[in-house]
Amino acid sequence: MILPDTEQIDSAAFWAATREKKLVVQRCDACGTLRFPPHPYCSACRSAKVSWQEVSGRGKLWSFTVAHKPVLPAFESVAPFPVVVVELDGTPQLRMTGNVVSAPGAAINSVDPAKLKIGASMQVTFEKMSEDVTLPFWTLVQS
Amino acid sequence: MLRDRTAIVGIGQTRFGKGFAESEEELACQAIKMALDDAGIDPSEVDAISSYSLQTSEEEEIARDLGFNDLTFFSRTPAGGGGGCATVGHVAMAVALGQAKVAVAYRSRKRSGKASRMWAGTADRVTSPRQMWTSPFGHVRPSDDVAFLARRYMHDYGATREHFANIALAFRKHANRNPHAVMRDRPMTREEYMNARWISEPLCLFDCCLETDGALAVVVVSAERAKDCKGKPAYIHSFGQGISKGSSMMFGYRAPDPYYTQAHACAKVLWEGSDFKPGDVDVAQIYDAFSPEIIFSLEGFGFCKRGEGAAFTEGGRIEHGGALPLNTGGGGLSEAYVHGYNHILEGVKQIRGISTAQVPDVKCAFVSSSDGVPTGALLLRP
Repeated sequence: MILPDTEQIDSAAFWAATREKKLVVQRCDACGTLRFPPHPYCSACRSAKVSWQEVSGRGKLWSFTVAHKPVLPAFESVAPFPVVVVELDGTPQLRMTGNVVSAPGAAINSVDPAKLKIGASMQVTFEKMSEDVTLPFWTLVQS
Repeated sequence: MLRDRTAIVGIGQTRFGKGFAESEEELACQAIKMALDDAGIDPSEVDAISSYSLQTSEEEEIARDLGFNDLTFFSRTPAGGGGGCATVGHVAMAVALGQAKVAVAYRSRKRSGKASRMWAGTADRVTSPRQMWTSPFGHVRPSDDVAFLARRYMHDYGATREHFANIALAFRKHANRNPHAVMRDRPMTREEYMNARWISEPLCLFDCCLETDGALAVVVVSAERAKDCKGKPAYIHSFGQGISKGSSMMFGYRAPDPYYTQAHACAKVLWEGSDFKPGDVDVAQIYDAFSPEIIFSLEGFGFCKRGEGAAFTEGGRIEHGGALPLNTGGGGLSEAYVHGYNHILEGVKQIRGISTAQVPDVKCAFVSSSDGVPTGALLLRP
């Protein structure tokens, strides 16, 4: 597995939230601008004061690829697999990279790429990978 | 302004291939020595050097190996494939200002081994503030980065794989004329392109650059000194660097406007400092680690408007004989992948009239570095 270091200063709170099955993004305390991925400064007003705001966990498929070999050894057994970019609802232009699964707990190659269309509604789901790492994954919202 | 105050007077390149025995340091020395011989300048005169990140040879080691003079200017540019043109621009500025007299700029890489893939060393615990949002999900390769934006572009502007094929096929044709090109003896048909295996959909094998061992170098001196050198000088007419506002590495698809690539920032100073406009360019070497980069660069550098880059590749426009031939040596897709340095040398060859896909009467040659990362670009003239 490739896992994030969950103790990095600027991002630890994100991973603390995913452990609680919450999806959060940074919110600048000075001007309210939201940002993701986390950064120490707000590029709109240059404040370093920041809080974390929970988001709905819903988004739209902004783009995707299907990764074929050669891939990292950690991913060889599931290749080829889709990788998605999800644009979060309600927080315009915040986009997260992730994987899509057919159901919580399913493998990252469990969704047929033919089902993926840009604009499709997505819903976050959380998967505990280790003591300190719970990763967000995405499912297609059935219409 | 830089305008024509300096010139590239020597070029050197090793063979391109795989599995070379020599170290990157030795390959660098080969290329730099060849460039100095080409210029007719003794290595003991060299007092400036510039290189860029993601290579292993150190500037002072090369300076010692080749017996350079004291160095009074040196620079190193970040961001791998975005740095090539900057090495030339930096030494040009140094020479123009009198900080140095004889400069070399170079690239040396051994990329044919699996161990050299940058992404293959991804740690099991990702600490990088950039990569922790992508690596855990299997998104580690530059091809994946480009694939996201390419697919979105296809959705937003109606580009198709046919457009990517136009690019791959054009550059392969150019490589087939070039005895130095890795793909010299491998013509490609559109059918072969369409049936090629996927790398990162929608990118197939032929949308991705080669993995090459090789080194290339240039020598830069003042316009005054250039008159005394052996070969025809390629004057450095203009230079630009760019990190576009709000961007992040490798096609910041998380930016508010993901299509506002680094080329946009770079283009400002490049064209402002120049007598030329994009329409005046006779031949362009555009960095091509991946075929869609050509489309993004054509738009970002102002050769066409946003959304028109794909159509620009139609009808043979970008082929030798077309209105704006691109990557006339074969580019990163078919000549060699040495982080865009072969593009710089091909630009010089077009000025000198010695390209294997020569455009008649070149008055202005354009060269760019990777549009996905902090970048640079050059305009050369005879």
